[in-house]
Order: sequence, then structure tokens, then C-alpha cells
Amino acid sequence: MKVDEATVRHVARLARIKVSGQEAQSLQRELSAILDWVEQLDAVDTNGVEPMTRVEAMALPQRSDAVTDGGIPDQIVKNAPLTEDHFFVVPKVVE
Amino acid sequence: MSDLTPSDLTGLTIAEARDRLRKKEITARELTEAHIAAIEAANDALNAFVVATPDKALDMAKASDARLAKGQGLPLDGLPLGIKDLFCTRDVRTTAGSAILDDFKPVYESTVTQNLWDAGAVMLGKLNMDEFAMGSSNETSHFKPCVNPWRADGSSKPLVPGGSSGGSASAVAARIAMAATASDTGGSIRQPAAFTGTVGIKPTYGRCSRWGIVAFASSLDQAGPITRTVRDAAIMLGQMASHDPKDSTSADRPVPDYEAALGKSVKGLRIGIPKEYRIEGMSAEIEALWQQGIDWFKAAGAEIREISLPHTKYALPAYYIVAPAEASSNLARYDGVRYGLRVNGRDITSMYEETRSEGFGAEVKRRILIGTYVLSAGYYDAYYIKAQKVRTLIRQDFERAYQEVDAILTPATPSPAFGIGEKSGDPIEMYLNDIFTVTVNMAGLPGISVPAGFSKQGLPLGLQLIGRPFDEETVLRAAQVIEDAAGPARRPDAWWLGSTSAADAPKSPKAAKPAKMAKAAAKKSS
Repeated sequence: MKVDEATVRHVARLARIKVSGQEAQSLQRELSAILDWVEQLDAVDTNGVEPMTRVEAMALPQRSDAVTDGGIPDQIVKNAPLTEDHFFVVPKVVE
Repeated sequence: MSDLTPSDLTGLTIAEARDRLRKKEITARELTEAHIAAIEAANDALNAFVVATPDKALDMAKASDARLAKGQGLPLDGLPLGIKDLFCTRDVRTTAGSAILDDFKPVYESTVTQNLWDAGAVMLGKLNMDEFAMGSSNETSHFKPCVNPWRADGSSKPLVPGGSSGGSASAVAARIAMAATASDTGGSIRQPAAFTGTVGIKPTYGRCSRWGIVAFASSLDQAGPITRTVRDAAIMLGQMASHDPKDSTSADRPVPDYEAALGKSVKGLRIGIPKEYRIEGMSAEIEALWQQGIDWFKAAGAEIREISLPHTKYALPAYYIVAPAEASSNLARYDGVRYGLRVNGRDITSMYEETRSEGFGAEVKRRILIGTYVLSAGYYDAYYIKAQKVRTLIRQDFERAYQEVDAILTPATPSPAFGIGEKSGDPIEMYLNDIFTVTVNMAGLPGISVPAGFSKQGLPLGLQLIGRPFDEETVLRAAQVIEDAAGPARRPDAWWLGSTSAADAPKSPKAAKPAKMAKAAAKKSS
């Protein structure tokens, strides 16, 4: 097995996804199988090859650093599960 | 009112309906009503629409009729379309097939759909899809699988429509939408098109704006249409494509008149046949289909050349590093704070964890975890950078090939549509569905799937054409050769209507028994 259960739990913690014991076991199996399968890339000689960052060479467009919209707090919070006075409400994070 | 039956109306192509609307032989209202009734009659069986918007559709049709009456018809005026639920639509629930977006109603419209409405098109509703476009069968949808209107000869076994744009393909094939928007990250337009006997084009990366489309893998995602003919694909793509300053990867170049490219001879066009696509264990049926395509191009005066794309076999494993890595980053935004589902926990971290655990389905979680793993400390170079280097090699393969040929012909899928539940047990087996399509996304090229024949069991099969960057015109022109040779598109038997034939379907949507899904969804979206 490529990954052990502790690794699955660590990665799930990084991804902020709670996994049950049973889920962790099947994920361990599935993740290992996928990682074994992608290992065939090791056979490719990529020495001196640039990683692809863009599909087509193109300069990143620039625009002036100016406000283009705003003043729409009702719209911003419209889909939020919990709001107060145009603020998103979350559980307390500082003591 | 015309003397066309509802079944005649839903059977029209975009090009035919457009011309009849302009000549005032039909109205946008009757065309739209025929589609609304067809959706109500089919959706319980097909589950193609997750939200129907009949009232909105009729309002839009009314506006189209007013423009058409004055002779001021827009390019797509009055044409009823389905929209993949990945495209944000203002005030209409948008879920990307996931529970985590809950009852999300965007306050904005995606650029691609806005372009369509600006061109006069009519929105019928939102179409089913694999959750966050992650899947090849539409089985990962939170809203249950969509069903293929095609069945094997003499069988009533439900088949998948392919994915992730399964709802788009199913609706267009079943004649409950004239065309649909779709998106393609590894084959999600072309594979479902092949499974349903429809045409699906993924344009060059950057051709259609990604703004307002729920992101999966940002360096691979690209929107395109699913239609019933190559001409309709050209018409739709011409309206969907644009340069958009809101998407920094959007290409700042004019959109050609794709329809004008059709019908030009392919005499002397050089078609490449990549030897690496003759994969081990390829079925005789697919091999024969491919040979048939080669013969058609020879007969049309094209020149066939064998080419080599040596890194083909590494495209899929590299994709399964790049796509999950980008997805894990893109999907970090679903945290239960700004929109969508929230499940409370004892503190903020547990709220995130509970929300994401409940809101994401199994395949999405799998990919987020793979992506998080390959991007985590110590693995970034070994996986992500390695895969991006392999991607460069794949692109260089194509660049070399395009010095010798103008387009490349391959099968679209390794098999026809399979049964619901047949492949859901093994992720890698499911991933192999994209073996012929994924290279195109990795290199950012345009690719089209065109119906080319039928399997022994009577199921549609497609051929794929791949073009040079931003050369959709050659791809469409060549696709027309396959379409012309394969003969007129067949319509699947409307088994969902039971004993009533399509022609007897109720003429008025009010007379039709409303489908549960469509009715409930319509209420939600209003």
C-alpha cells in the first residue's frame, strides 16, 4: 500500500474533510491504487523539460488597479447560511 | 401557428428552426411549448433536467417573437436550450450536481450563458451532471444518475449517457432541448456526445470564457456545445465563444464565422492517424469504426498519414495528478461560510470538516484527497511538477504532428454506453473512458466527437477529430465529412412515452402531466 491510514487521516485533515474509520480504510485502498497507477510516469524522461504553465504562450493581461464594482453587500451575503448586518457569521475563532 | 406537430418541432435542428423562425413559419412560443411538454413527458424517465424553468422560457420566447415579428431576429432568437448545471445562471439554482451548493442562486450570469441570452436563445432549465464534473457516467450526481435515451436493441436495461455532461447529451439526443451547453475537462463533452449519438465540440482552451462556470481544474476546463448536427455545433460555438476580460486566460482574438467554414472541400486535407491510439485490447467494433472513418476521408479526397504521438499513454495518469490537484485548490472555497451548505461543529475547523464531509460525494472527496496529497509538502515536485512536464511532452507530440497533418482522427471512446452501476466499483476502470479524449485537454487543443455509426447492439459510436490550436474551423469542416458519410442522425425510440408515440404527445404543456422533478424544480427556481 502506497499510503497508510494515518496518511489518509493527515491528508483529510489538511483538506478539512472528516472521514469515518470505514471511509479511511476504503480511501486508503483507492488512493493507493490511483497512486500506484500514476507511478508509470516515472518511466518518462523529463530531464530538461519545462513544466507546462500555459496552454498557449500569452502575456497575462493587465488592467489599471481601479475599483470596477462594489456597493452590493446584499448580493454578496445573499447565499450565505448565516449573516448579520452584511457580515458572514462563523463560530468564534479567538478567545 | 404552423402545421408541425410537437414532435416535428422538437426534431428540428437549430439551423432549420432558426430559418423557419425567420421566415415566420413557426413561432418561438410554439417551439418552446413543444419542448416544455417534451421535458414533462420525458424527465421522470431520463432525469436530464434538475431544474426546469418553463415560465422563464415562455417569457424569453415572447421577447424573441416580438423581435422576430419586427424582422429584428438575433442569431439564436427563439431557440430553446438546456444549460449544464455548472454554468451560473442568475436567480436560478446552480449546484454543479453537488449537495454542497445546496440552494445556491447566483446573483450573476456566466459569460457563456449571457452570450447565449444576448443572442436571443431561450433557457429551458438546468441539466444534470456528475458532481463538480467529476465522472464519466453522470452517476456521481447528487441528483441521481441521468439516463441515456438510447437502449441496446431488444433491451430495457438503463444505460449511462456518459459524463460529466450527461444531462446535456441525454436532453439533446432525446429531443427535449435543441442544443445544450456543456464543459470538458478530460472528455466531458465528447464522451457523452459519443454515447448518445450527438455532436460535441470542446474548443481550444481560452476560446470560451470560464467566468461564472463552477471551476473544476482551471488549466483544463473549457465550455462547448452539444448538438445534433455539426452545423448546429458551429452555430452554437460561434455564440458561446468570446473574449472576456473577466477570464485572464480568455483568448483575445476574433471569433470566426464557424458556420461559413462548413461545406468547404477537404480535398488535400492531411488527416493524421496516431498509431499509439491502437490500444491493446481495442474492440473490433471500434477498430472497424475508425477504419470506416479513414475510408470516408480518403473518398472525400483527404490524404491519410500515419503519425506518432509517443506520450499518449502517459496523458491519463498525468491528468489524474493535474486535475485533482487543481480541484483540491478550487474546491477549498466550499466551507459553509459564504454560500451553500453549512453543518455546525464544535468549533470553526469542525464546522468546515462536517460541512465538507456531508456536502461532497465519494468521488469528489477521493479527488480532493488525491490532489491534497500530491500537492502536500515533499510530494509537489514528484507528482505535480512531473505531471506538468509530461504535459509539455504531450503538447510537443502534437506540435510535431501538426507539421505533417492538418487534423487528427481517432475513436472518441473505447466502447459504447454501458449500464448504470456497471463500472462504478473501480475508479480507474471508470477513468479509462477518457483515454482518447484526455490528451486533447492536456494539450489545450480543440476536439470534436461526431456520430459515426452504431455498435452491434444498436448503440451510437463516435469518432473524434483533433485540430490545431484555435483551428476549430478545420475541425468542424472535417467533422462534416463524417456526418455526411454516416447519414442523417437517428432519433432514439421514445420508450419513455410508453405506448404513445412521440407524435401523439400533448400539444399544450398544460395538458401534459407534469413530471414531478420538473414541477418541484420549477417551484424552487421561481
